[in-house]
Amino acid sequence: MVTRTVHESDRTDTDLTDTDLTGARSASGAVLEVTGLAVEYVTDGDPVRACADVTFTLRRGEILGVAGESGSGKSTLITALTRLQRPPAVTTAGSIVFHPRDGGPAVDLVTASPRTLRALRWTSLSIVLQSAMDALNPVMRLGAQFADVLRTHDRSLSRDAAWTRAAELLATVGISGDRVRSYPHELSGGMRQRASIALALACRPELVVMDEPTTAVDVVMQRQILAQVLRLRRTLGFAVVFVTHDLSLLLELADRIAIMYAGRVVELGTAQEIYDEPRHPYTRGLRDSFPPLRAPLRRLTGIPGTPPDLRRPPSGCPFHPRCAARFDGCDTHLPGLVAAGGHAVACRLHDPAATGRPADTGQQDRAARPDRTAGPEGGAR
Amino acid sequence: MTTTETPAPARTAAADPPAAVRAVRRWGFLLRRLGFYAAAAAAAIVLNFLLPRLMPGDPSSAIVEELQRVSGQQVPPETLESIRAIFGDPDQNLGEQFLGYLGQLARFDLGVSVVNFPVPVSELVLEALPWTLLLVGTTTVLAFVLGTGLGVIAGWKAGSRLDSILTPVTAFLSSVPYFWVALLALWVFGFVLGWFPLSGGYDANLTEGFNLPFLASVLHYGALPAATIVFSAFGGWLLGMRNMTVTTVREDYVLLAQAKGLSRGRVVLRYAARNAMLPSFTGFAMALGGVIGGALLTETVFSYPGIGYLLFESLTKRDYPMMQGVFLIVTLATLLANLLADSLYVVLDPRIREQG
Repeated sequence: MVTRTVHESDRTDTDLTDTDLTGARSASGAVLEVTGLAVEYVTDGDPVRACADVTFTLRRGEILGVAGESGSGKSTLITALTRLQRPPAVTTAGSIVFHPRDGGPAVDLVTASPRTLRALRWTSLSIVLQSAMDALNPVMRLGAQFADVLRTHDRSLSRDAAWTRAAELLATVGISGDRVRSYPHELSGGMRQRASIALALACRPELVVMDEPTTAVDVVMQRQILAQVLRLRRTLGFAVVFVTHDLSLLLELADRIAIMYAGRVVELGTAQEIYDEPRHPYTRGLRDSFPPLRAPLRRLTGIPGTPPDLRRPPSGCPFHPRCAARFDGCDTHLPGLVAAGGHAVACRLHDPAATGRPADTGQQDRAARPDRTAGPEGGAR
Repeated sequence: MTTTETPAPARTAAADPPAAVRAVRRWGFLLRRLGFYAAAAAAAIVLNFLLPRLMPGDPSSAIVEELQRVSGQQVPPETLESIRAIFGDPDQNLGEQFLGYLGQLARFDLGVSVVNFPVPVSELVLEALPWTLLLVGTTTVLAFVLGTGLGVIAGWKAGSRLDSILTPVTAFLSSVPYFWVALLALWVFGFVLGWFPLSGGYDANLTEGFNLPFLASVLHYGALPAATIVFSAFGGWLLGMRNMTVTTVREDYVLLAQAKGLSRGRVVLRYAARNAMLPSFTGFAMALGGVIGGALLTETVFSYPGIGYLLFESLTKRDYPMMQGVFLIVTLATLLANLLADSLYVVLDPRIREQG
C-alpha cells in the first residue's frame, strides 16, 4: 500500500536518542531499549502493520504500563518483545536491546539466536499471560510446571529441591505450599493467576512482561494481585511491562505509561502526567472514559468512532478521523513522538512546526475540549 | 495501593476437598464405570443367547433335516436325542435353556463346532486367538505409534514442506479401500514377485513351538498382512494427531512452555503432544478392543488362521455355535478394552476424575 504520508518521524527519531526522552538517564540504568520496532502480519494481501515505530526504554525495576483499546497492537508488542510471536507475525524493523544485570554484553533480542534466547528466557525475561486458565498445562501438576523450568535453568537442582522451591514460590503469592500437588483445574481463577505470577518469578528474572494478567479475575482479586506484584517488585527488583486496556489500573500501578493507538505509541509519560495532563486527544479520550472514584460527578465522554482497520490505516495521523482537535495537515502528516521534558507525545498539536506556535502544555487543547463531541466526527457517528 | 492481603493458608486449604475425599471420588468414578461395563456384559450375554433362538430354525433341526436329506430316511429317535443333547432342544423352555447356557459359559463351554465336529468351539477360539493377537495387536500398536509420531511432527510445523507433502499423501493413501490394498499387495508381492507366501500363518512343514525356523516362518508369513494393516491404518492416526497438534500448539500453555526456555523436545512432548494425544488415545483404546475381532478382511484375504478367519468360515458354513462363540468373545474383549481405556484415561487426564 502506498500512502502519501510524509514521515515526520524521520526527524524525530534522532530527537529520541538525543534528548533521551524515554527517561532513561543512562544506558546502564536501562534493562530494555526498544527502538523503531515494527511488527507486521503477513497476509495474502497487504501486510497488516500491527506495531510501527515503537520506541521506549525500560529502566531497571520500573513498571511501564502499555494501554490501548483492542487491536491497538498491545499483545503484538508483548509477543514481539519476548520473541514469542508466531507466524504470520514478523518483526520487520527495529531492535530490542536487553542489558543483563550482571553487566554482560547487551543482547538484541530481534537478532538473537534461538540458543541465546533460550538461555535468557525465564532467567532474565519471563511472561505472565492473559488467561491463567489456559497458560498452565492442564494435565501437569502445578509443582511439575515449576520444577521443569527450575531444573532447565539450574541443572544442579534435584527434583525434590525443585518441588520444595515451587512450594516456597507459591507461598510468596499467598497460596499454600501443599498445592504443588494440585492440577490447575483444582485451583480457583485467582489462585491460578497468582500461581502464574509466582511461576514467572521462579528464576528471578530482570524483566516480567504481563499481558492483561488481571482481566479474567474480579476486582477484589485484581487488587490483591496488583498489591502482590508491587510488593514482589520491591523485594525482587524486576522491571515490568504491563499491558492492559484498563488505563485506570495503570494509573495506580505503573511508573510510566505508554498509550498505543493503531500500533503506534502516541503518548509516553509518567502516570501522573498522563492523568493530570494528557496531551494527545486520544489519551484524553481514554482518561475521560472512566469515572474517578473521588471526584465531583461529571458527564463521561467516550471517543467517537472505531479503531482503524490496520490493513488500510488512515493517511497521516491514524487518529485523525476520530479526532475533534484535528486541523489542516493531520490527514497527510504523520506526527512522530516528540519529547517535551520527560513527556513525549505524537500529535501535531504539540509540534511547533505544524501549528506555527510554540509547543503548548495542553492549555489550548483543554479549551478546545467542549467542541469535541459537537465536532463533525462526533456528530456524524 | 492498599496493603497486601494474603489469604490465610487455612482458608485456601478448606476451600479444597481433602485428599481422602478426592480419593473416594476417583475410585467412585472407576466403580461407576465398572458397574456400567458389568451391565453391558450381561446385556451382551443375554443378546448372544437370544439372537440365535429368535432366528427361524435351530442347529438341531438343521442337522436333523440335513441328515434326512442326505440319508433319505427318518432319523432314529436315539440319534435325534443325542443331537439335541449336543446342540440344544428347541422344545425346551427358554428359561431353562438360559440357565443351561449360563452354566456352560461358566465352564467356558461354548458348544461344539458343527463344521469341525466334534471339536469344541472354545478350543478353536483359543487356537486362533494368539494369531490374531500377534498380527492385529502388534500392527495396531505399530500403526498408532507411527501415525501419532509423524502426526506430531507434521502438526508442530504445520505448513512446513514435510507437512505439505506428508499430510495430503497420507490423506490420499488412507482413502484407498483396505481390501484393494491387501489384494494388490498379495498379487504383487506374493504372486508376481513371490517374496511372500500367499496364504496361512506359518510353514505347515515345520513343527510348531519356540524354535527358530518356526518363528522365522511366522514372521515371513505375517509380514505382508502386517504391512498392509499398518499401511492402511497409520494414516488415520497421523491425520487425527496432526490436526489435534495444530490446535494444541496454539494453546497458551505451549506458548508459555516456550517462554520458559524449555528444550524443544520437552515442549513438544510434555506440553503439545501430551495434550494433543488425549483424543487419539480414546480411539486407540477402541482399536485395541477391536483387535480380538481380528481384521476380518486381512485374515480372509491372506487366509490367516486367526479369529477373523474363523468367523468368516463359520459364517460361510453356517456354523451357529462357532459364530455365537466368536461373537461373545469379541464383545467381551471389546468391553474389556474399553474399560481399560476408561481407567487409563483417568490416569492420563486429571480433569476427568472429578466428573463422570
